[in-house]
Amino acid sequence: MRNLLRFIIRYHFFFLFILLETVSVILIVQHNNYQRAQFINFTKSFQGSFYEAFGGIREYLSLRQTNRYLYMENTLLRNRMDRLLRNREIRQAGGYDSIPHRQFSYIPARVINNSVNKQFNFITLNKGSHHGIEPEMAVIAPNGVVGVVYATSGNYATVIPMINRNFRLSAKILKNGYFGSLSWAGSGYQEAILEEIPFHVEIQPGDTIVTSGYSAIFPEGIMVGTIHEFEAREGNFYTITVDIAVDYKNLLYVTVIRNLLREEQRELERISGND
Amino acid sequence: MIKLLVRNIIRFIVLVLVQVLIINNIQISGFIVPYFYILFILLMPFETPRWVLLVSAFTLGLMVDLFAQTPGMHAAASVFMAFLRPYILEMSAPRDGYEAGTFPRLHYYGFQWFLQYTVILVLAHHFILFYIEVFRFSEFFSTFLRVLLSSLFSVILIMLSQYFIYRK
Repeated sequence: MRNLLRFIIRYHFFFLFILLETVSVILIVQHNNYQRAQFINFTKSFQGSFYEAFGGIREYLSLRQTNRYLYMENTLLRNRMDRLLRNREIRQAGGYDSIPHRQFSYIPARVINNSVNKQFNFITLNKGSHHGIEPEMAVIAPNGVVGVVYATSGNYATVIPMINRNFRLSAKILKNGYFGSLSWAGSGYQEAILEEIPFHVEIQPGDTIVTSGYSAIFPEGIMVGTIHEFEAREGNFYTITVDIAVDYKNLLYVTVIRNLLREEQRELERISGND
Repeated sequence: MIKLLVRNIIRFIVLVLVQVLIINNIQISGFIVPYFYILFILLMPFETPRWVLLVSAFTLGLMVDLFAQTPGMHAAASVFMAFLRPYILEMSAPRDGYEAGTFPRLHYYGFQWFLQYTVILVLAHHFILFYIEVFRFSEFFSTFLRVLLSSLFSVILIMLSQYFIYRK
């Protein structure tokens, strides 16, 4: 304390100078409208640029995810465009093809209600039978499978998501094509269970799981998730835990897929099964 | 000693009055204003304690501010000028120092010494004052021109005062 005092006394000239200048500046800022406005402007613009820079950083950090979504959406659109172009080419050539040119049609929809914390979760969409949605149509998001339409009214549709105990999906391992049955164990909205993959199949954590296309609901090759871990229970099959690709907590825009040839496939399979 | 004090107080009052009553009303081409009152800081005796220097400069500036309705601006500039004064004096001291019984005036130390002393301190004062007045750096050079021109007039006034008022 005494040292501090001695220090202040020794440099009293400088400290007094600082003190008087501070008093002056306070007087200036408090009593001169123009300078006060300038001062406030300055602090505001400083604040503004600070927040802007900070926001920019945050934006930058989420760029990766945004980019990925955009990329996937682009792929989807390109596929559709391709199909449309092919249709036009055939038509322009004047030919008539008895094989339909497309198997799937896509209907965009928005999620208006969603649950993730129950055993039998449901999603509600803002489109229904008026928009061409029928039960048992596939629902996907840009990053993967969402679920299957369960019921529809005129303007709304409910969807059984992958995270519903009643959900079943035929899925396969992308790299070798072995397929199994995917279901949900009720253990959190981020993981599902893939069963019926035989022992001899080589799998690793991180392997991609996609739809098999056998169900006549989903097109083939739509992302389901990646292998989180697997274990060999009794029997000859693995029990594989799958990280679901879609984030159900952050689901807004989805696409409903209509399989135009589904009835035909069903009909044929029914006849064959009856034999 | 008392005589010196009284003389300084009278000078203080006279300079403030001259500044606010006469010079503040003279505007040369609209935006050049000479500031004559800082002559008080220039003329304070060599032996003045430094804190007295600062406090009286602050008071002087505040007085001018009160009349010009710009609280703080002249005070800030004057305090800055008073802060620089000891260092300028030290820098421009003659080889054998300042003689006792003399004052920082043209009469004692010559035209060149006084001009140099005045120009540096007046520039410092005007620089602070004008930049506080605009309170931004975006028009740096137009403000700087005003600093230079106003300083020129202030210096001329101060130099003339040395010949006409403080002849002895």
